[in-house]
Formats: sequence, structure tokens, C-alpha cells
Amino acid sequence: MEYHDIVIIGGGPAGLAAAVSAYDAGCRDVLVIERDERLGGILNQCIHNGFGLHTFKEELTGPEYAERYIRQAEERGIKYMLRTIVADVSPEREILYVNRDEGAVRVKAGAIVLAMGCRERPRGALGIHGYRPAGIYTAGTAQRLMNIEGYMVGREVVILGSGDIGLIMARRMTLEGAKVKVVAELMPYSGGLKRNIVQCLDDYGIPLRLSHTVTKIHGKRRVEGVTISEVGPDRRPLPGTEEFYSCDTLLLSCGLIPENELSKQAGITLSRVTGGPEVDDGLETSAEGVFACGNVLHVHDLVDFVSEEAARAGRNAAAWVAEGGSDRGGELPVTAENGVTYTVPQRIRTDAHDEKITVRFRVNGVYRDKYVAVRSGGAEIKRLKRRIMAPGEMEELTLTGEDLGKCAGGITVGLED
Amino acid sequence: METRELTCIQCPLGCQLTVTVDGDSITVTGNTCQRGAVYGEKEVKAPTRTVTGTVPVDGGEIARVSVKTASDIPKDKMFEVMAEIHAARLAAPVEIGQIIIHDAAGSGADVIATKTVRKSRTA
Amino acid sequence: MFDYDVCVIGAGAVGTATARELTRYRLSVCVIEKEEDVCSGTSKANSGIVHAGYDPEPGSMKARMNLRGAELIRKLSKNLDFSYRQNGALVLCFDEADRPGLDRLYERGLRNGVEGLEILTGEEVRKREPAVSGDVVAALWAPTSGVVCPFGMTFAFAENAAQNGAEFRFLTEVKGIEKAGEGYVLHTGGEDILARFVVNAAGVRSAEMHNAVSGNRLEITPRRGEYVLMDREVGGLVSSTIFQLPGKMGKGVLVAQTVHGNLLVGPNAVDVEDGEDTETTPEGTDEIKERARKSVPDIPYNRVITGFAGVRAHEKGGDFIIGEIPDAEGFFDAAGIESPGLTAAPAIGEYLAGLVAEKAGAERKEDFISSRRGIPQVAKLSPEERSALIAERPEYGRIICRCESISEGEIIDAIERNPGARSMDGIKRRVRQGMGRCQAGFCTPGAMDILAERLGIPVEKVTKNRPGSELLKW
Repeated sequence: MEYHDIVIIGGGPAGLAAAVSAYDAGCRDVLVIERDERLGGILNQCIHNGFGLHTFKEELTGPEYAERYIRQAEERGIKYMLRTIVADVSPEREILYVNRDEGAVRVKAGAIVLAMGCRERPRGALGIHGYRPAGIYTAGTAQRLMNIEGYMVGREVVILGSGDIGLIMARRMTLEGAKVKVVAELMPYSGGLKRNIVQCLDDYGIPLRLSHTVTKIHGKRRVEGVTISEVGPDRRPLPGTEEFYSCDTLLLSCGLIPENELSKQAGITLSRVTGGPEVDDGLETSAEGVFACGNVLHVHDLVDFVSEEAARAGRNAAAWVAEGGSDRGGELPVTAENGVTYTVPQRIRTDAHDEKITVRFRVNGVYRDKYVAVRSGGAEIKRLKRRIMAPGEMEELTLTGEDLGKCAGGITVGLED
Repeated sequence: METRELTCIQCPLGCQLTVTVDGDSITVTGNTCQRGAVYGEKEVKAPTRTVTGTVPVDGGEIARVSVKTASDIPKDKMFEVMAEIHAARLAAPVEIGQIIIHDAAGSGADVIATKTVRKSRTA
Repeated sequence: MFDYDVCVIGAGAVGTATARELTRYRLSVCVIEKEEDVCSGTSKANSGIVHAGYDPEPGSMKARMNLRGAELIRKLSKNLDFSYRQNGALVLCFDEADRPGLDRLYERGLRNGVEGLEILTGEEVRKREPAVSGDVVAALWAPTSGVVCPFGMTFAFAENAAQNGAEFRFLTEVKGIEKAGEGYVLHTGGEDILARFVVNAAGVRSAEMHNAVSGNRLEITPRRGEYVLMDREVGGLVSSTIFQLPGKMGKGVLVAQTVHGNLLVGPNAVDVEDGEDTETTPEGTDEIKERARKSVPDIPYNRVITGFAGVRAHEKGGDFIIGEIPDAEGFFDAAGIESPGLTAAPAIGEYLAGLVAEKAGAERKEDFISSRRGIPQVAKLSPEERSALIAERPEYGRIICRCESISEGEIIDAIERNPGARSMDGIKRRVRQGMGRCQAGFCTPGAMDILAERLGIPVEKVTKNRPGSELLKW
């Protein structure tokens, strides 16, 4: 069986950053396996700008951001395979991949980095009633059809969900000549970035209706319209608030789900909250030598943070291979509480991988002028003021070796007044 | 005198700005910091945006190349620039950064490729 | 003078099964279908259960066809290569007071000739199916019950019929029927079709066909049933099909692991005006979810991947109407085919084809091809077999649908079969592309392009099903 020091599953932003950093950490035998016909992943279809402000200190489009990492990988001569799907991963780090040229092939990996990204929540999972006509797309599928294939998916559009892809598609379709009639959002706040609401909706006079949802799809063959209803505090539609919008297309932007089918096959423990693997501060999953980063770990808003996280995963995977594994010493569990929905990592090793540990988390509502408190064994380790926090914007804090030295037992991260 | 309500996008706070234009004088209220005032004034005086799109490529390994305006353009020129992007058609290869349209719609900005498209191996 | 000896109206499970059986004889056979593909009406949205046969009234057509159909499906699933699994069924009884009802069901089953029936105690039931409610006091166990892929079975019948010479005409709607000499002329909006014999397998529209030629009117009510389907990861919650003791409106809500491993809950029964009313409703979905909880309390409804509704043809007499219409010689009905219609389909086909052949004095062909191979399910092969297949045809190595691991080669096969897929739904039903947890999010662009290329049509003409359901809008 062929062997590689590190096999990276997925050649999108996470996989590429992991590959580059693993190489730079000294690992010369890195293989990236990509299912699409091009490296870069979802960035290839994200043709809008707004990427890279943190990483490159300039504003790039998705393809430009991807191209920078593709170049870095190519300059280093990192091996990659395209149009190749990983069909199976075992806990012993054996991978079965399939492609046209080689058939089904098993390879053995010293370490694995999972970087498969995420998928969109489909209609069925949303429980929207009515018919099942053509013209219902998740926003990302519509984005691919428009930006990669150049196909126009609709002329009169209603968008359910104010996630960033939905907002971006509202602008994109408007610029391509479609009429976007409304964006309905179930929650009382938007799931997308403020800047996207302003530049994708406000710029074009597209109304955003918060606390509203699509309750019925009309049309037997192609979508002919949707019914939109207001929802109460329990998110259930309020009878009598139904409004009909005629349209030929419904786009869904209702959340992303980390794509962890392979992780499950490998027996990796997943978080019920993030849908991604539970990891330690080195981004190592419950399976030894298997690391995870990017949207397969938890869904990010900004690719810059994906790259940073993936670089850590790549570096740690290289160290793992170089050291021939690592002892699993003591671990401190990190628990989210009081308005914090999750943290990544979910545990920190007492012999922590890095000097500074970045803990990323999300909150469950819009909070103003709150403190983020890190506590352990009754003691306050850290207390950070935040002017505003919202579910649509990922938060982070840094723990130093000194902070960890003060920890006795489990660590909690929560909001306080 | 004219007033406009805006949401500041300089940070996640999203302050609701009220911008009042009275002749040459512009006042911004509702902002928490100076960046908000600068943003509010620019949005009213000379708002600009980057425009992105795609252009078909003949004989390429992929069917379309993504493009953008190399710098921000006046907001009211967006649809004119889009019309020029729609009219464009390229032949492979296309290099990232290659100028596709000079001075698009008289906006002063070029439209450039944001992807590299090599020639198709089968063509 | 006739275009065909026999014209079958409707390419659902019954129509295709009948067509297949007719091709055993020296008869020219045509199946006409108003939709763009096989399996587009009642046959596409149902429980996929092969009923054991304890339910129908002894002596009824339903009882007879059910038993024979279940026997045929067991055999045909091998010969015609479609998915079938005999997983057994439990009919749950929640109250001692209902015990007589359960006993009656058992008795009826015995009279219908169902084998292996047993009455189990609540404890025995929970030992077999730990997820079943603690409220269950007893259950009827029917080991011969099974699950089948309704699409797979119908496509197998259709392809095998085509192999044996049956012709298929799609997007051909029968708008009127008249007696023409010894036979019938079918008005289709396009050209008329002249047939010596007609088989009416028009599903919810079978009364319309029947009433066009007969004075004894049939009355068929479209009865809608809603379902929810859950991820395969939770399909193992139950292994046998879990029914509730039947009530007036049918067999009640079932909980089942489909033949493909998903968890299925449904249906309810709501009479509707329109035979194409396949809308799902909040009330209907809530109703089936709630009623199913009675059988299995902890159904993971947060793992629902889709909801759908199907329409069954309910005839007010309550039994299948199968046979030559007394006042319309040469016109054969398969009307009012509601549950257990899917199970009964091959038996109805066998029976009706026999009647038609007898009437026509047709002889059996010697060169009838009785078996057919399905499209290979590449992901289910061992890596070695898979590699061998990919070496032969590289398209089997390019995965288009990630969730169900469906390759380009399988999609091409679906299009190139006879009858082949003409729409996205046609591909989906043949090879399960897009049926997984992402519900075609990732694979729609790829499948669309393959379909356009293979059909030689521009991509904007690609439809979800019949014309009017184009995916793109230019």
C-alpha cells in the first residue's frame, strides 16, 4: 500500500493552508486529495470581494484568495490529485480514494487532515410545505450554477434565510438582471455579516423581513410563488400573517452543516453543537493523528480564519509525524455556557501545542456590552469586554501559557454582565 | 437639507447613522467612532463599490473566468459596468490580473481577471 | 388496421407489470404515459412495502392479488435485479380492548393464506424491536412482509417489457377514447392511437378512462398521503415495518426502514379533488409525526431529509377493479389500485395479460427474455471489483452525487437505458442521484450537464420532470 506522511482530504482554502504549513514545518510528503476539477474549493464560486483583509491586508475576491494559496502549494511542489473522491477513512488512517484513472485505491497516511468543508441545509430539512417544483435551490448551488457554469437560475426570486451566501446571491442575481423580491429570515436578527446586508440588500432596495419564513411553495412544475408568514417568539408561523409573493425561484440560505460522513466512518467523536469533530488545542480529533480544520470543523464566516486555523492543523500534523505520534497527557475540557453555544477547541492539553491558544466560539443571540469570562476551578482566568456580539459573527479569545497555568480542572467560557 | 439613514459597516457594531446634507456641509450623527463619521460622509458624497462578475472563455479548461473592477467605482456606474462585463468574451488562456476591459463604462477602473484559465487540454 | 394489439394506459407499476407480462405473448404492445417517464404518479410516492396479505377481505381481488404479488416480487427481485428485502412486519395493538381486532386480523391472514403469522406479547415485540413503545400490549408478526424500491421495481418491469418489444410513448395524454370497430381509438391531442385491446392502468385517472367507454360508472377519489423521510444514519431504529392496528381510513401510520435504509414515517389519508395534488401540509406532517410516535416514541425528526406526498386511487367499493369491462369488450380495467397496489402490481399484470391473451387468442413467445440486469451500484462493490469496472469504463470512477456515491457512469446508464431518463427526476429515481442528505445540492450542476449532453439538448431545456419544470430561466 502506498504511504504518505500527511494526506489532506480536501483542496479548498483549509486543505491548501494546511498543506502549505505542513510543508513549511518540514514535512515533504504531503498529498492533497480534491474532488473537484480545480483546487480552491468553494472559493472558486465566491467571485465577490471581501476576502483576505486579515491574511493579506488587502481585499481580494474568492478566486484570487484561492489562487494565492494554490501558488504557494505549487511553488513548494506539494502533490495533489483532482477529480478524486475519498470513499472511506479508517481509524488506522487508511484511505480509500476513487477516480477515473486509477479506480479505487487504498493509501496509508502517517497523519490525516480533514478539510472537506460543509454542505447547505436542504429544503427537506427545513420542513417547508407545498409542492416540489423546479426552481428551489440552495444559495450555494445557485451560486455555482451562475458563477461557474454561467447559468441563470431564475428571474423573480425570493430568498429564505439571511446567511451570507443568500445575501451575496441577492446582489449577484440583481446584477445579472433578476428581481429579488424579498429576503425572509426566521430569526429576529440576520445570520449574515452587517456589511453584506448593507452592500447586498440595502444598495438594491431589497427588503429583509426578520421573524418571517416561507410557509408554502406554490407551483406544480416550476415555482409560481411562495407564501411568507410572520413567526412568533417560538418561531412558529402566526396564522393570519400569510402573504403571497409571486416568484419563479426560491433560494435557501438556511445554514451550513460540516460534512463529516468520512469522520463518522473513521469513528471520530463529533460535537452535537458544531456538527464537526471535537478537537484539542492542536486541532487533533478523537482519532489519533487525524486533524480537522476549516468548515468541516465548524462553520466559519471569514476564510481568513479558516486559513489561520488550517495552518495550525497542518503544522501540528507535521509535528505529529515527525515525533512519531504524541503522548496524550492530561487534558482540560473547555465548556461553553451562559450564551456561548460552543468553543473550538473543546479540550486543551496540559502540555499545550502552542504558546498561545486561540479559542473560537459563537453566541446564541445579539448581546451588547457584555463580558466574556473564562473560568476554571472557581477562579476567573480572563475577562474580556465586547461592545457587541451576534450569532452571525464568530468570536475568539487567546489563552496564554500563563493563563493555562492558572487553570485547575475544566475551563468554562461564558457571558457575564 | 436632506437626511439619510445608513448602517455603518466599519465594524460589527453596525451603528445606525443619520447623515444630514445641507449644501456643502455634511453632518453625521449616531456614530460611535470616527470611522463611522468618515464612512457616513463618503456614502453620501461619493459612494463607491467593487463590481464582480464572470465572462465566458472559449477553449479554456473551465467555461468562465471571474472578473472584478481593479478599484472601486462610483456606485451609480455599477449597472453600466455590468453591461460591459456581459458583452465581453475571451479566448483561453487568461491570466489572473489580466485586463479584460479598459476604463469600464468610463468609471476610471479597469475590469481584470481574478482567476487563471489555462487552455483546455482536449481542445 | 390497428397500430397495436394492446395499448396500456399508464406507465406506473401496474401498467409496466402488465406490459411486461403481455410481451410473453405474440402481441404488439404499447404503453402510453402522460408524464415524461415511467413511475411518475402513484408508483413514485408510496410506502414501498410488500404487504404480507393479512389485511384485505378474504375472497377479494385485493387479497388474491396481494398474496400472489408478494410471491412474484420475491422471485422477480432476483430475475429482474431490483432491491427487495424481506424484513417482516408488526401490527401493534396498544390496548387490551383492541385485542379482538388483532385476533381478527390474524384469522383473516390465515384465511388469505399468509404464512408464518404469530401473535406476540408486548415484551416479545420490544425484544424484537427495542424502539417500539412500552404501551404496546401485543402485535401480529408477519414474517413474509418486505420492503421494495418502488422505482427500481417499476423500471425493471418497464425495461424488461421494452427488451421484449414493448413500445413506450411518453408525454402522451389520453384525452378521449372511442370504440372503433373491433377496438378502440385513443385521442391524445397529437396523433390518434388505434388499439385492438386497451388496458386501463391510469391510476387516479382510471375512472375517467373507464367512464369513457362504459355505462357503469366508476368513482375514484384521489386520496393523498404524506410522508417524512429521515437520514440513513437513523434508519436502523427499526428493522421490521411497524404498523398500527388498521382503522377506517386504511392501515394507519407506519414506521419503516426503507429498502435503501432510510427511516420512513407515513402516510395519513386525506381525500383531495385533484389527482395531482401532492402538496405537503403542516397539518398532515404534524399528524403523521404524532401518530407515528405512538408506535415508536423516539423518532429523530431532526434528521428528516425530505417530506413528500403521494396520491392513491381510492374506489368507493373498496376493492381493486380488475378485468374486462362487461359493457366494453376488449377494454380491461386495473382501477382503484390503492394499497396493497404496489405489492399486487405483478400479479395484476400476470392476471390481466392472461385475460387479454386469451381474448386475443395469442400464443406465448418462445424467445421471451425473463431476466434483466439493473444499473451497477458502483459504490457497493469491493475496491477490486470497483477498480475493474472503472478500468472498463472510467465514467464509473467520477463521483457526481457525493451523499449516495453515484458516479457519472451510473447517470449515463440511467439516460441510456430503454426507456431511459429524460429528466432530473428520471435520473434520481433510477440511480438515487440527489436522494441523499444534501438533496441534490452538490450534484445538480453535474447531473444537469450530463443529461443535456447525452440528450443532445441545450442545458436550459433540462427539466426536473415534464416540460414546464425547466431548471434554469433564461
